[in-house]
Amino acid sequence: MKSFSAALVRQQQRSGTFRRLVALCRKETLQIWRDPSSILIAVVLPIAMLFIFGFGINLDSSQLRVGLVIEDQGAEVQRFIASFTGSPYLRVITGTRPQMEQALADGKIRGLVVVPSDFTEKSQRPNDSAPIQIIIDGSEPNTAKFVEAYAEGAWQVWQRERAAARAQPMPSSIQINSRFWFNPSALSRNYIIPGSITIIMTVLGALLTSLVVAREWERGTMEALLATSITRAEFLISKLLPYYVLGMVSELICIAVAVWILKVPFRGSILMTLFVTTFFLFSALGLGLLLSTATRNQFDAAQGALNAAFLPSIMLSGFLFEISSMPLLIRLVTYLIPARYFVNAMQTLFQAGHVPQLLWRDVACLMASSIFFIGLTARLTKMHLD
Amino acid sequence: MAIVSLTDVAKSFAGRDEPALDGITAEIETGTITGLVGPDGAGKTTLMRIMAGLMQPTSGAVKVDQPREMIGYMPQKFGLYEDLSVQENLNLYADLRGVLGAERRDSFSRLLEFTDLKRFTARPAGKLSGGMKQKLGLACALLGNPKLLLLDEPSVGVDPISRRELWKMVQDLIEDGIAVVWSTAYLDEAELCQEVILLNEGKLLFAGKPAELTARVRGRALQVQNFSGNRRQLLTRALRLKQVIDGVIQGRNVRLLLAPDAKAPTPNELGADNGAEVVEVKPRFEDAFIDILGGGPGGDSALAEHLKPVASQRETVIEAENLTKKFGDFVATDQVSFKVARGEIFGLLGPNGAGKSTTFKMMCGLLKPTSGSAHVMGIDLKTSAAKARQRLGYMAQKFSLYGNLAVQQNLAFFSGIYGLEGARQQRVITDMERIFAFGPFLATSAETLPLGYKQRLALACAVMHEPDILFLDEPTSGVDPVTRREFWTHINGVVEKGVTVMVTTHFMDEAEYCDRIGLVFRGKLIAIGTPDELKESAATDQQPDPTMEDAFIEIIQRSSR
Repeated sequence: MKSFSAALVRQQQRSGTFRRLVALCRKETLQIWRDPSSILIAVVLPIAMLFIFGFGINLDSSQLRVGLVIEDQGAEVQRFIASFTGSPYLRVITGTRPQMEQALADGKIRGLVVVPSDFTEKSQRPNDSAPIQIIIDGSEPNTAKFVEAYAEGAWQVWQRERAAARAQPMPSSIQINSRFWFNPSALSRNYIIPGSITIIMTVLGALLTSLVVAREWERGTMEALLATSITRAEFLISKLLPYYVLGMVSELICIAVAVWILKVPFRGSILMTLFVTTFFLFSALGLGLLLSTATRNQFDAAQGALNAAFLPSIMLSGFLFEISSMPLLIRLVTYLIPARYFVNAMQTLFQAGHVPQLLWRDVACLMASSIFFIGLTARLTKMHLD
Repeated sequence: MAIVSLTDVAKSFAGRDEPALDGITAEIETGTITGLVGPDGAGKTTLMRIMAGLMQPTSGAVKVDQPREMIGYMPQKFGLYEDLSVQENLNLYADLRGVLGAERRDSFSRLLEFTDLKRFTARPAGKLSGGMKQKLGLACALLGNPKLLLLDEPSVGVDPISRRELWKMVQDLIEDGIAVVWSTAYLDEAELCQEVILLNEGKLLFAGKPAELTARVRGRALQVQNFSGNRRQLLTRALRLKQVIDGVIQGRNVRLLLAPDAKAPTPNELGADNGAEVVEVKPRFEDAFIDILGGGPGGDSALAEHLKPVASQRETVIEAENLTKKFGDFVATDQVSFKVARGEIFGLLGPNGAGKSTTFKMMCGLLKPTSGSAHVMGIDLKTSAAKARQRLGYMAQKFSLYGNLAVQQNLAFFSGIYGLEGARQQRVITDMERIFAFGPFLATSAETLPLGYKQRLALACAVMHEPDILFLDEPTSGVDPVTRREFWTHINGVVEKGVTVMVTTHFMDEAEYCDRIGLVFRGKLIAIGTPDELKESAATDQQPDPTMEDAFIEIIQRSSR
């Protein structure tokens, strides 16, 4: 009899939990719906940021200005020039050597290709090589590498064509045929967009929840809530669930914009993407909630969320800057950045498709970071005012 | 039957030297309204939170004879979600408190009826007036039929009519056999409670019936009536007498409190003419409070001695004509006109949100009127606000000091922006330090000062450049009555030097210090006159001798009729 009544009490408590949770979630949803800033963060921010990342950041150097100095007027040279100027990535400016050297010094061109006067003569002679000179502006190493690669590429094309024209085999026995896997067109946008979705989701997740607990404190409603019999778990879940749903909507918006407007190929399964996003989102929402709980001040929490979410995710997630080329210490730090795992997972899902053995580690790490942030928030959440 | 018993309750907070509460022993009875009374910082809210179970005392025992679900608690600011409608707020708290089914339907209709909010169920709580918010807060706290209702400063920021309505509603609840704790800084409210717990600086001064407290000053409260001559000077003279421990101005009369066993002063001793009468009056709660604190401050103002008499002989120094300010559709100040003569104290009296501060800011040239004109010392504020501002001192609401500057730095900064420099600036700062006894606090940052010192510092900053006119916006909000008297001693002193004072207040009692008052309600100046004129004009057969608050309510009702 005693155990029966205990069970009944437990039953009632559980239904009470459910009822209170529903009431709190409904309240939170109404507040989201009526607060233009939530919608702004969840809908307008991701679209705006995706366009900025999609069009603003482009690591392909299209239309590099390169100078060409032709000191030889032979037919071979004309063909070489044709293969050189036919490239969509270069804008070729011709002139004399002193002119071009001055242009390089002024930063008007990024590189300089010189075809010396004995080029035709030497290329006709068997067992002799026909050298060309490539001078590159090394002050921007990234661009310098591109210029070098394009110039060499053009040289190879010319060689191949020449060989074909003479029906001779290639002078070199090794022929390089590059093919990019996972990103066949080697467009940087195809890996920047999945990465930037990570940045967007980090900022958005942390911003959304950074305001919500602090707002309760600032408006004096926290005190009224604490005076009712709600539990810590009910309170925290009501602060996470509605924003989780909102965050998932943002994620879908991001993917839709990426695939249909920015034309980034998506090879993974949408279900797997949502599964991975779930854990990442809880980690980002947890970070925001942690800041909100710790500061109890909307302004401080939002400032903190922007700094704590945006900077590490952009610098240390491997989205723009190759992690493998970072110093060891920084590389170790990146393991603590949840965005690192999500960048990896998103790039895998977009470019390589569903590859479980690549994803499971990311999911596990994201899960751990969610537990860390939400657990710490729960520890800091006090259901009294002391 | 005691529903709450507090035994030697103490509460300290980390980082604060003084305990917030210290040795509080009291009981709360079912079926009574217990007033938890004291100035800001007395520990009222802390005690409320301890009773609500939101805090644990550092030491001592709190016994609440009801489960947590049977405690209704309305925090300051009412605990409402402003972007949720009236009905949605009720739904939320009903769900959280487990008020369901038939009980829920009954509660909703009963509470909406009771609070008269039925017509507004779809309106967002943020768009309700102060009085309606307060009622909704009460309705939310009453869900689930609590046996103990804790109301933390329910009357702050609410107009006097709503305050009365709430009081009546709470009295109805008492009849249903619940216990109500009502915290307040207004001492006149304390008088209406059956029981009071009087706190000051965390210490219990008194617990029991208000009449028991006022009994200690029985026969010692006097009024000097029918004298001719200056009432402020009479008050100063009276406070110099040994047997007088406190005194305030009440309209054209002066109220005095005698030391225990002292003889009443004769008109002669007070320097009044022979027609003056000294009569005994009914003691008030505030008299007893001052008595417990050991009497009020003296009547001489060191500040007034420091000031030179105002040179200007102009008759009318402040003039507002059809002053109107609109914020979008909202008319904050509507066609307000008044004149203030030199050396006069003119008060704007009204509830929060009535438009006092807006009118005020236009008179100091801080806001541009939508239409109408404002003149100070004959200078049109529309065209040369900066020139006018040099002649006036302004003490803003909440004192607006630089919280992280030390007292001395605040003085140096404010004297600097008012154009004082060199030896003169140094001399003025030293004078202020002496006059207001800042000595021990010179290096203390303003935000950590006790409230009374903040108020002194704000006044010091406003008068250093010896202005002709002093604007005081809610200058004594929340401070204890002794500090309030000290403040008015200074104001009375500077007025005697010819300074003109314009003050806003929502303390009805404080209005009695003014020579003339304008009653402000919903942006309009609904009446203007001396405190006695206003009270007399509002006298009815039922209320032959109305208080200032009675008069205000009567005038509001007449003007809306």
